[in-house]
Amino acid sequence: MTGIVALYIFMLAAFTGYEVISRVPVILHTPLMSGSNFVHGIVLVGAMVALGSAHTPLEKTIGVIGVLLAAGNAVGGYVVTERMLEMFKSSGARGARKGSH
Amino acid sequence: MPAWASADLLIQASYFVTAVLFIIGLKRMSSPVSARSGILWAGAGMAVATLITFLYPGMSNYELIIPAMFVGGGLAWWSGKRVAMTDMPQMIALYNGMGGGAAAAIAAVELYRGEAQGYATSTLAVAGGLIGAVSFSGSAIAFGKLQGLITRSVRFGGQQILNLLLLAAALILGVLIAAHLNASPAVVTALFVLALILGLTMTLPIGGADMPVVISLYNALTGLAVGFEGFVLNNAAMIIAGTVVGSAGTLLTQLMARAMNRSLGNVLFSGFGDTGGAATGEVSGSLKPIEASDVGVMMAFAQKVIVVPGYGMAVAQAQHKIWELCQLLIDRGVTVKFAIHPVAGRMPGHMNVLLAEAGVPYDLISDLEEINAEFETADVALIIGANDVVNPVARTDKGSPIYGMPILNADKAKNVIVIKRGKGAGFSGIENALFYLDNTRMLYGDAQKAAAELIQAIKAVG
Repeated sequence: MTGIVALYIFMLAAFTGYEVISRVPVILHTPLMSGSNFVHGIVLVGAMVALGSAHTPLEKTIGVIGVLLAAGNAVGGYVVTERMLEMFKSSGARGARKGSH
Repeated sequence: MPAWASADLLIQASYFVTAVLFIIGLKRMSSPVSARSGILWAGAGMAVATLITFLYPGMSNYELIIPAMFVGGGLAWWSGKRVAMTDMPQMIALYNGMGGGAAAAIAAVELYRGEAQGYATSTLAVAGGLIGAVSFSGSAIAFGKLQGLITRSVRFGGQQILNLLLLAAALILGVLIAAHLNASPAVVTALFVLALILGLTMTLPIGGADMPVVISLYNALTGLAVGFEGFVLNNAAMIIAGTVVGSAGTLLTQLMARAMNRSLGNVLFSGFGDTGGAATGEVSGSLKPIEASDVGVMMAFAQKVIVVPGYGMAVAQAQHKIWELCQLLIDRGVTVKFAIHPVAGRMPGHMNVLLAEAGVPYDLISDLEEINAEFETADVALIIGANDVVNPVARTDKGSPIYGMPILNADKAKNVIVIKRGKGAGFSGIENALFYLDNTRMLYGDAQKAAAELIQAIKAVG
């Protein structure tokens, strides 16, 4: 990937993020923040690659910490977002919800 | 075609699919109707990317990768399933900080290895590492504050100067590394230590009320760090997902700061978001208490009741009782609506999540712009543990710290009932003029107990 192509990707992705969120109702702000928190859990693949190519003990130690933290970000982000969104029902679906505790 | 080349093509194609799934997922999460499926789309994208990464050419250390994934993921799964809805904001902060830490770890591996070729790559590695480390330690402090582990806001003279010095020192080290002048392990270590300290000292002085904005900011920063490390690793999925979150998170942070009528700089660099702020403005009139039974009758025979929940409702876990109360009213033919201020609760939308948890359908919930004109036609505005967001001084008193903040016009309702534990002021420490109005009555007590009493009162009306 050449530098200029990377720059284009960066620009387009930045506008995409802005567009996706610009019309969001306030009631979804917290779930959406949580959802975007999950999405940057993609750092997991980077951490896997970093650890996968580590040679020295220092690199391996940092790599393991990276994978641990990244897996926590991805899994935790998914679980809490899913739990929050699980509860969004319109009045049509009233009574059909299951308890979350 | 050699085997590694076809594997590479498969990996690139999978990352492309992941990026598409993430964007569709986020898009679906921005509407209440499709929000629940949004996380499934994004989750599918994450699963595809994670699995395909095992095929990465030249990968080794699987005996470390797999256990680390299971331990990190398992702990997060366990904690994420257990956390109460009221504690969601700090869990988001925690998981976000972990992402920032992971981005910093990737940068550290690359920088210690000293393989970052080219000035652009090393600059991005340094920038991502710096931002990720600040987000990591800053989010940890945010978690500690909201969880009640850190109760004091540490402030001292010259704090901003110290922060600036730390930042300047970190930037100088960063330039040394990025420009390949001195990328020795000692310099790299010093960079990360400075960044971690900066995250601590930046976040410690910020008060609890401002924490949501800060968490949102760190969320955006983590996204940016992930995007930068994506460039370093030449990983398109990380670049796109990280950048999308970076820009979306920045916008969200601005929306939240604006809803509180503050600039982002003001949140970060002034110490207002804490209790004990200046209580200005004299209020005339007196607090007029009322009995639950009288409120019950008032609401039972009302045409329209607007409920304004605040953090007090969340603390008392009263949302279930409140919804039970509202269902009784709806069955009697009363129109019931919920009015949510953008910063009610601990985060924008936090109150909606709590109401949704209690089973309140989202179409009964309105935000500020939708509902404000309706207060004039409401017979009763029921304020539950909300304070600053209904304080009319925000409209009238130029000297008040919350002057100019958009508020819910609860004072326009024919009757205002305030359920409140005691006579204290709100988060900002400002006396609430609403409580002293002629059409306002105070129902003192814990929100859950008060709601139960109101239910009894309405049932007694028959």
